[in-house]
Amino acid sequence: MNDLELKAGRIPLSRFSRLLPLAGIASLLLLWDLAIRFGNAPLLPGPLAVARAIGELAQKGFLFKHVVASLFRVTWGYLLAVVAGVPFGILLAWYRRGGLALAPLVEIVRPISALAWIPLAILWFGVGDVSAVFIIFVASFLPTTVAAMSAVSSVSSTHWNAGRNFGLSAGQIALYVLLPAILPRLLVGLRLALGIAWLVVVAAEMIAVNSGLGFLIIDARNAGNRYDLVVAGMVLIGTIGLALDAAVRRIERLPALRWGYAAAAAEEAA
Amino acid sequence: MIPAHRSLPGRTKLALRGLRMTFPTEETEIRVLDDIDLDVGEGELVCILGPSGCGKSTLLNIVAGFLQPTAGSVRIDDEPVRGPDPRRIFVFQERGVFPWLTVEGNIGFGLGRMPRSERANRVAHYVRLVGLEGFEKAYPHELSGGMKQRVEVARALAVDPDMLYLDEPFGALDSITRLEMRRELLRIWQQEKKTILFVTHDIEESVQLADRVVVMTARPARIRRIVEIDLPHPRDLSSRRYLELRDGIFEEIGLAHKI
Amino acid sequence: MTPRRRLEAILLPAATAAALVVLWDAAVRWSGTSIFPSPDAVARGIAELARKGLLLAYVRDSLLRVAAGYGAALAIGAPLGIFLGWRPAAARAANPVIQFLRPISPLAWIPVAIVLFGVKDMAAVFLIFLASLFPILVSAMNGVRGVPAMYRQAGANFGLSRASLLARVVFPAALPEILTGLRIALGVAWIVVVAAEMIAVNSGLGYLVIDSRNAGKRYDLVVAAMILIGVIGLVLNLLVQQVSRLRAVRWGFREEMS
Repeated sequence: MNDLELKAGRIPLSRFSRLLPLAGIASLLLLWDLAIRFGNAPLLPGPLAVARAIGELAQKGFLFKHVVASLFRVTWGYLLAVVAGVPFGILLAWYRRGGLALAPLVEIVRPISALAWIPLAILWFGVGDVSAVFIIFVASFLPTTVAAMSAVSSVSSTHWNAGRNFGLSAGQIALYVLLPAILPRLLVGLRLALGIAWLVVVAAEMIAVNSGLGFLIIDARNAGNRYDLVVAGMVLIGTIGLALDAAVRRIERLPALRWGYAAAAAEEAA
Repeated sequence: MIPAHRSLPGRTKLALRGLRMTFPTEETEIRVLDDIDLDVGEGELVCILGPSGCGKSTLLNIVAGFLQPTAGSVRIDDEPVRGPDPRRIFVFQERGVFPWLTVEGNIGFGLGRMPRSERANRVAHYVRLVGLEGFEKAYPHELSGGMKQRVEVARALAVDPDMLYLDEPFGALDSITRLEMRRELLRIWQQEKKTILFVTHDIEESVQLADRVVVMTARPARIRRIVEIDLPHPRDLSSRRYLELRDGIFEEIGLAHKI
Repeated sequence: MTPRRRLEAILLPAATAAALVVLWDAAVRWSGTSIFPSPDAVARGIAELARKGLLLAYVRDSLLRVAAGYGAALAIGAPLGIFLGWRPAAARAANPVIQFLRPISPLAWIPVAIVLFGVKDMAAVFLIFLASLFPILVSAMNGVRGVPAMYRQAGANFGLSRASLLARVVFPAALPEILTGLRIALGVAWIVVVAAEMIAVNSGLGYLVIDSRNAGKRYDLVVAAMILIGVIGLVLNLLVQQVSRLRAVRWGFREEMS
C-alpha cells in the first residue's frame, strides 16, 4: 500500500487480517501448552493451570487485595515523580546553562537501577510501603524529567516568537504557549515512564513489602513452589501493564491533544 | 536554435487507452481518473498539468507501474506495462534521494552490475552533467534542495533509461532555483534525447518546458485539452507567442489575469 | 560548538558535580550519621575494592553478562523485528503478543528463570536477554515499517530484487531507528544486570550492592557500587551515541540536540 492509496482513504481490512491478532495470541497459548507438555520443566504450569490459579486468587479475595496494593504504590510513586520531574525537566530545558550543568549528572544517575537504591531506602525508611513508594519514585523521576526536557526542546521557535510578538510575559508564555505545546509529546514520555514505574513496582515489592503482585510472585515460590501462582502473577502484571498503557493512549487521542500525535508517535519506540 | 516538434514525430513511445482509476474507501469509492487516452511520441517532453489533488500524480504512478489501473491499458513500445522497470525511471521530489548514500553512491545506485571502473566513469560523467563536481563525497543532508534534486536526476539518467517520469520535481524549490533547474532539464533533455513525462501544477512551467501540455480537469480527472507548444528552444519568456499560449491555458482553466 | 560552549559543556557539569560532593560531605558531617558514608569514605571503599582485585572482577562479570544477554537479544531480535516490519501480516499477528509480554518486568521472570537455569549466570543472562529483546525488536519493526514508500518504489524502479531491496534500501533507511533501539536496549540491559545480580548470582556490581549491606552494613561500598554503576552506564551510552554520529547514519538523527 503506497502513499497514494493511503491518501485516497483507508482500504478496509479484510476479515482475515482482523483475525490475525487473535491468531497470534492463540498460537502463543498453544506453543506454551505444548512446551509444558513436552518440555522437561515439570514445575512450570501450562495455560490452563494458570487460569485456574487466577480463579483461585479471585475466589479467596487475594486477587483484588494484591492488585490494589500494587496499583496504590505505583500511583503514589509515579505521581510524586511527575509532580517533581516535569517542572524540573522544563527548567532544565528552558535554562540552557542549567541543562548543561545537570544533564551529564542526570545521565550518570539514570543507569543506576532503582533497585540499587533499596539498601538506602531501607536505611532511611525501613521495610514497608514508604520504601516501595520511594523506589518507584526514584525509578520514575528521571524518565519524567527527560520526557519534559525532550518535549520542551521540541517546541518550535516560531511558537516562542509568536508568544513574544503578542507581548506575553515569560510566565504567560509558559502557561499559554509552552504547556499546551508540549502536552502531546509530554504525554508520550509520561506513558513510557508509567511503564517503567509499573516494571519497578513489581520488583520493589519482591524485596520490601508484604502484599502486591511482586510479593505474590516471590512468596508463591518461596512458600511452596506454587509456580501456577507465580505465572498467574506474571499474567496479571502483563495485563494490568497493558491496561495502564492503553488508558494513557486514550488520553493522548483526545481531540485537544491529537494534533501532536503524529509528531510524537514518530518518536516513540512504540 | 532547435526547431519545435510538430504533432507526433517518429513513433509512439507511450500509449494510454481508456485509463480509469478508482480507490475504494470505507463507505464508497473515489473515482480519481476517468477515461484517459493519450499518445506520447519518442523524444517528446510532455507536461501533465492540473490543480493539486486532481489525480495527475496517480496517473504518473500508473504509467510508471507502481499502481494497477482499475481499467484501461498502458503500453510502452507496444508492450503492456506490468510494473516498475529500470528503462523508465521515476524522479520524485528531492526527498527521493537516499540519505544514507553519498552523491556518488546515489548516482551509482542503479549501476550495480557494472564493472567498477566503468561505473566510476559513468558516475563521474553524470556528476559533471548536473554540475555537482566537488560534491561527490557529500551526503544529501549536507546539500541544498536544488542540489539534491540534481542528484536525483543524475541517478535517474545514469542507468540510461528510455523514459523519465518527473512528479512535480521542482515543487519544493524556491522560484529562482526552479528557473535554473528548468533550464538544466531542457539542456539535459536535448543532450540525452529521452522521452519525458512531467507532472506539474504550474502553468508557466508547463509552457516553458513542454512540446505538448495535457491540461487535466479536477477530480475525477479527464483530459480537458492538449495544447501544442510550437515555440522553438531556447524559449523567449516575453515573446508574444509564449504569452498567448500561456494565457490560453489560463483561460482554459478559467483563471483571471489580474490579482 | 564554539570553543566557549565546549568549555561550558565540560566545566558546568564538573563544577556542579564538585558542588554536590561538597554538599554531600557537609550533610554527612552536619547530621552526624555514623552509617551513611561521606565522599572520602566512598573513595576509600573504591580503593579497597581495587586493592582486593574485586573491582575489576565484579565489573568484568557484570559486563560479560550484559554482553551475553544483549548479544543474544541482538542476534534474535533484530532479524525478527526486520522480518515483522517487512511483512505487515506477521506484525499484526505478533503485535498483541509483544504488547502483552513487554510490561512484564524481567524481574517477574526470575522464578521462571531460576526453574529453567538454576541460581546461576544463565538465569541472569536470560533476564538480560528478555529485557533487551523488546526495545530491539520493536525499534527494528517500526524502523522497517516507517521506511517511506518512495524509497521502496525507487528501489523497485531500478530493478532491485526483493532481497536487494531489503539489503540496499530498507535496511539502511531503517538503521537510525534501529540504532536508537539498540541504545535504549543497552541501557535497559545495564539496569537489569544489576538488578538480576541482586537476586540471582554471586558476583558483579549488583551483587556488591546487596551483599555489602547484608554482610556488614558497608554502606560505603553500597554507594561506591552505585556510583560505579552510574559511571559505567554513562560510558556505555556515550559509546553507542558515537555510532550514531557516523555520517552514513547521521542523517537520521538530525533532531537530537546532543
